[in-house]
Amino acid sequence: MKRLAYVLGLPVVLFAAWFVISAGSENFYAPPLSRILESFGRTWTLDRLQADVLPSLWRLIAGYVLASVIGVALGVAIGLSRGLRATVEPVLEFFRAIPPPVLVPVIMLFAGIGDGMKIIVIVFGCVWPVLLNTVEGVRAVDSVQLDTARAYGIGGPARIRQVVLPAASPQIAAGLRQALSIAIILMVISEMFAASNGLGFTIVQFQRSFAIPEMWSGIILLGLLGFALSLLFRLAEGWVLRWYHGLRSVTKGR
Amino acid sequence: MLEVQGLRKVYKSAGRSGRSGQREVEALRDLTFTVDTGELVCLVGPSGCGKTTLLRCIAGLLEPSGGKVSLDGREVNGPSPGLAMVFQEYGRSLFPWMSVRDNVELPLRQKKLPRERRVELVEQALEAVGLAGTESAFPWQLSGGMQQRVAIARAVAYEPSTLLMDEPFAAVDAQTRADLEDLVRALWQRLGVTVLFITHDIDEAVYLGQRVVMLSSSPTVVQDEVTVDLPADRDQLHTRADPRFTALRTHVYEQIQAAKLGAVSQAAPRS
Repeated sequence: MKRLAYVLGLPVVLFAAWFVISAGSENFYAPPLSRILESFGRTWTLDRLQADVLPSLWRLIAGYVLASVIGVALGVAIGLSRGLRATVEPVLEFFRAIPPPVLVPVIMLFAGIGDGMKIIVIVFGCVWPVLLNTVEGVRAVDSVQLDTARAYGIGGPARIRQVVLPAASPQIAAGLRQALSIAIILMVISEMFAASNGLGFTIVQFQRSFAIPEMWSGIILLGLLGFALSLLFRLAEGWVLRWYHGLRSVTKGR
Repeated sequence: MLEVQGLRKVYKSAGRSGRSGQREVEALRDLTFTVDTGELVCLVGPSGCGKTTLLRCIAGLLEPSGGKVSLDGREVNGPSPGLAMVFQEYGRSLFPWMSVRDNVELPLRQKKLPRERRVELVEQALEAVGLAGTESAFPWQLSGGMQQRVAIARAVAYEPSTLLMDEPFAAVDAQTRADLEDLVRALWQRLGVTVLFITHDIDEAVYLGQRVVMLSSSPTVVQDEVTVDLPADRDQLHTRADPRFTALRTHVYEQIQAAKLGAVSQAAPRS
């Protein structure tokens, strides 16, 4: 109960402040919050959620999952092999330095303007934090744990599944968390370039047609979506890594 | 039976000057000793005597530079299913993401044992180390001594012919240590496994072993060997007060001191 109050306290205050300050606003571009909220219900009907939010979510999830799988798989391979690491690392640093939005026009040339393009953009942006964190996590696996696995004949795929991946999982989770926020940003950006539906597309449409309260309501929806996704992520992480948080609280207490 | 014949290990580290700069560090010079089937032998040596190197060679985790190790008549050239190891760092050797049960069971799954047999072995092993009822706990929820018991249970469940123990009680408190020493002797007598127990604690070596092998400082050779002619039934109170125990520990102590001095007089002329 107290925790809930802490979580909700500041957002409530901020919203209240926005509400009060914007109450008498005459500015066309910054309408009162009351009008924004009013348009929120009108704008985001079930139809629109289906037509615009679902496609966005689908691209987001597809891109994110794909990036996670590629990032973890490549990361494990690179983390385990010194030779591969030496060969690949400089190239990775180069690709990582390219801001993904710059690539949207390029990717459009190859992948068109459909879902494929947007998913590729998301993958390209998300894969780096996952990949680099996985490499670091795999490299940092305790040598005693690896010796134990070898001494007990745990090799090959079992070694990766039962020892390397779980040992690296706290670091992998840190990468996945970073990737999630990048994925949301890139979802919106890719839809702003060329799209016929989606949240980013709709928000830009509202802005261009001077439907300002509706535009603001879309931004709020985007914020809520991001918040809900990171909450889901934290719940899942807390469950999967409960051993890690428990272990940490024990070793800190000593 | 565990045989170590003329074991030698030299570490090569590439120097800065490329071609000519290869530095060689001789960790083990020439080690020969045998542990008979069903025997409990303790290995003591001064600190830094290459115990870890020796152990890793025996376990098949490290390739020796010369000589050989054979286990039950077969030469060791990789981890062997006939050998289980208990590491010194229990906190790092148990997998913190697995429950106690899964930790003990994982090696058995790799052995492709059927489920019922695995359940049975895990249960028996945990029972034998006095940990029945902790199956679903995570290892880090247990005390240090209990964690090392889990590691011992994992080794026992593996049904090895030979048990290799690397200073397993170096990190637990004295009272727990005494309990664990008695546990090791009890398990050894019950299961009839061959045990090689490495320690830096002279009292522990004499208390546990049927034989104590003393190592010299690095580069390591066997300094001396002594048979512990104490009764098979040992307990912390009476065995340690036995005059024979005191005489044996004095002997081992003197040999270890001699080994250290030997290292000093050897090193002196060079520097």
